[in-house]
Amino acid sequence: MKLLVTVKRVEDPESRIRVRPDGQGIVTDGVNYKMNPFDEIAVEEAIRLKERHGGEVVVVSLGGPAAAAELRAALAMGADRAVLARHAGALDPSGAAALLERLVAQERPDLVLLGKQAVDDDQNQTGQLLAGRLGWPQATFASKKEGLESPAEQAREPGLALSADGARLRVAREIDGGLETLELELPAVVTVDLRLNRPRFASLPGIMKAKKKELREVEAGALGADLSPRVVVRRLLEPPARAGGVKVADVSELFQRLRGEAKVV
Amino acid sequence: MAASEELTDYMGFQELLGDEERLVRRQARQFVNAEVLPGIERCAQEQRFPRDLVGRMGELGFFGPTLPPEYGGAGLSSVAYGLLMYELERGDSGIRSFASVQGALVMYPIFTYGSEAQKRRWLPRLARGEAVGCFGLTEPDFGSNPAGMRTRAVREAGGTWRLDGAKMWITNGSVADVAVVWARTDDGVRGFLVEKGAPGFTAPEMKGKWSLRASVTSELILDGVRVDEEQSLLPGARGLKAPLSCLTQARYGIAWGALGAADACYQCALDYALNRIQFERPIASFQLQQEKLAWMVTELTKGQLLALQLGRLKDRHLATPAQVSMAKMNNVDAARQIAARARTILGANGITGEYPVMRHMTNLESVYTYEGTHDMHLLIVGEAVTGIPAFRP
Repeated sequence: MKLLVTVKRVEDPESRIRVRPDGQGIVTDGVNYKMNPFDEIAVEEAIRLKERHGGEVVVVSLGGPAAAAELRAALAMGADRAVLARHAGALDPSGAAALLERLVAQERPDLVLLGKQAVDDDQNQTGQLLAGRLGWPQATFASKKEGLESPAEQAREPGLALSADGARLRVAREIDGGLETLELELPAVVTVDLRLNRPRFASLPGIMKAKKKELREVEAGALGADLSPRVVVRRLLEPPARAGGVKVADVSELFQRLRGEAKVV
Repeated sequence: MAASEELTDYMGFQELLGDEERLVRRQARQFVNAEVLPGIERCAQEQRFPRDLVGRMGELGFFGPTLPPEYGGAGLSSVAYGLLMYELERGDSGIRSFASVQGALVMYPIFTYGSEAQKRRWLPRLARGEAVGCFGLTEPDFGSNPAGMRTRAVREAGGTWRLDGAKMWITNGSVADVAVVWARTDDGVRGFLVEKGAPGFTAPEMKGKWSLRASVTSELILDGVRVDEEQSLLPGARGLKAPLSCLTQARYGIAWGALGAADACYQCALDYALNRIQFERPIASFQLQQEKLAWMVTELTKGQLLALQLGRLKDRHLATPAQVSMAKMNNVDAARQIAARARTILGANGITGEYPVMRHMTNLESVYTYEGTHDMHLLIVGEAVTGIPAFRP
């Protein structure tokens, strides 16, 4: 089974994020970067599928040369090789999906796994747009049916279930109020949610082996995809600072304020 | 205070690291945040070694990672190894001590002085954490002066050796499957692998410590222990320089590790000072507290740069034992003082297990004394710069 997994370099959510005074981006000084945590879950799932069924895990990233560090992290976890499609400047979900479509045409995977969204701008569109472009079946928000405290998770079993003939994939996906199970014909696109697995730590031998694995760089512009953005960010704003609360004397004052100031009743 | 994702890096020393060095450090930190910090305070309070961490650390390759892959290592650089020690000791000095002993004091001598059969037998199991090792050099009456050791090994007929003596302050002693025991012979000091359960060999645990409470410290008692020469004697180790070479490896890791404990104390004190309100202001706004914080971050930063340059020298096989002594001495002393100052910033809260500071502070008293006391390292540096050994009359 050949698996293609996306790995996006994102700002570490633990870093303090500040908007630039001109509103055209964030202050990058002192910001740490890491692999998008949802992509990390996708990489883990791909490695488990490979461990169970054999095959190859190819990780891909779209962006600047610095993203090689996140690809190496995925290789250290156990992915087999990496492709970095180099692109400077902004890339919106439609551009990312167009680029991924070209990489899928090159690599011909049986399954594309993506994080359901990246924690930088939380778009949650790329997987869906990619499936649409490819005309492949898709399942979003894949989860582990047995839960993260289950023996299945302890034994590092994949949450995505491949049929005996290898032609279909069963996916439990998170929906409002529960789980829904879908069965997809392969090839397919699956985006993963938080409760699919707990990603492993890369072992030190894994990190050293990753240095020797193939990391191929291609120029995104040379792949022939239309990368022109459909979405333009005009201005970023800091969320308004939280004002302190007030104490009210009694219920009638509470209602007065809810009606008069907050205008919610 | 949530587990911190990043180490303190005031002078940008991480710019000097390679990609895999950064990755090693990040993985180690995430491991410590997820698996060490949640339970370590309780282990220390209960004087209990978190045995379940051994297998997990072995799985991740934390033991002997600088050894080549054929023996279960990862071929890591010395700097990456140092960063691993830093992150482990940010969790607890006892956890770092376990890894130091296993890697630098047990796997290193077997790798360096052992026969091929001894290496094949022990190194992969030690690397995976399936076997635990300890290192017996110090004796009740011979600490800083190991040359005076009384433990004796006598060669008998039939290819066996008989060992008699006692070792003290031995980390991992009671939980070890194999002890590297150093003994006086007619042929100078030699090293022996003594296995758990050998008749006459016992390792009672030393209780009642106020330091390294999450780590096992033991005596080793050798009462007519007979060992097979081929299995036990380390053929390449002759003279006291062999065990001392192991200590140089371990001290190198300590020079990094102590800074991890210091960083945990500094970050905790900074966070506390910014959030603790007295006289309607955070206490971080008072000059007396700022002096402490500025001093702490300065010493931490100097220590990082010292350890990094030492590691770069070590990777080029240029680091001298006296340079390792300087780094161990300086960085542990700085860590000890950083922890003590952090304790004062936390006020009464500083003495409780709600915060990691008092645990680190008491741990560092051991680290200050073991693997060559602070004073002995001063004298080693003193000898290096004057050419006159002050400790050999």
